[in-house]
Amino acid sequence: MQIARVVGNVVATQKNAPLEGAKLMLVQPLGADGSPRGSVLLAVDGVGAGVHERVLVVLEGRAAGEAIGKRLAAVDAAIVGIVDAVDISGDL
Amino acid sequence: MQLARVIGDVVATRKDASLLGLKLLVLQPMGPDGSPAGRPIVAADSVGAGVGEAVFFVRGKEASFPFLPIEAAVDAGVVGIVDDWHVEA
Repeated sequence: MQIARVVGNVVATQKNAPLEGAKLMLVQPLGADGSPRGSVLLAVDGVGAGVHERVLVVLEGRAAGEAIGKRLAAVDAAIVGIVDAVDISGDL
Repeated sequence: MQLARVIGDVVATRKDASLLGLKLLVLQPMGPDGSPAGRPIVAADSVGAGVGEAVFFVRGKEASFPFLPIEAAVDAGVVGIVDDWHVEA
């Protein structure tokens, strides 16, 4: 899983049928220091995340399908949690 | 998934049997500002997208799901046509 920030959303009327009703969010993966890392991705939202929130994203198809309760949905990324806090020990 | 612009299509007469009848599109992945992000990729189409349209596509085995029960030999697939997208600063 990866920590990311929700930066926007996508509207798509015509899509693969199992994706009907799914909320599509644009997420920017973050590094350990909270800075943007890599390119912005599109993830289905399984938890009701909003723009600006830090979230936990799975980047694997099976897990992503499970997250929206549709095993055979053609998805490869899903938001599975909203991050309250991250503690990274500086000693290690 | 990732945003992309459809920039072309591919014609291949001789191909794996699982690909018969599939439409293959050339996509340029793009960032939320519309700028190109990475190399173009060939993806199977399951939503009727055309050249010039903004779409989103899935990578990996899941790209073949729209074609079940045929297990298409694809690793990228267009799964939605994008009407609009919004980015908040």
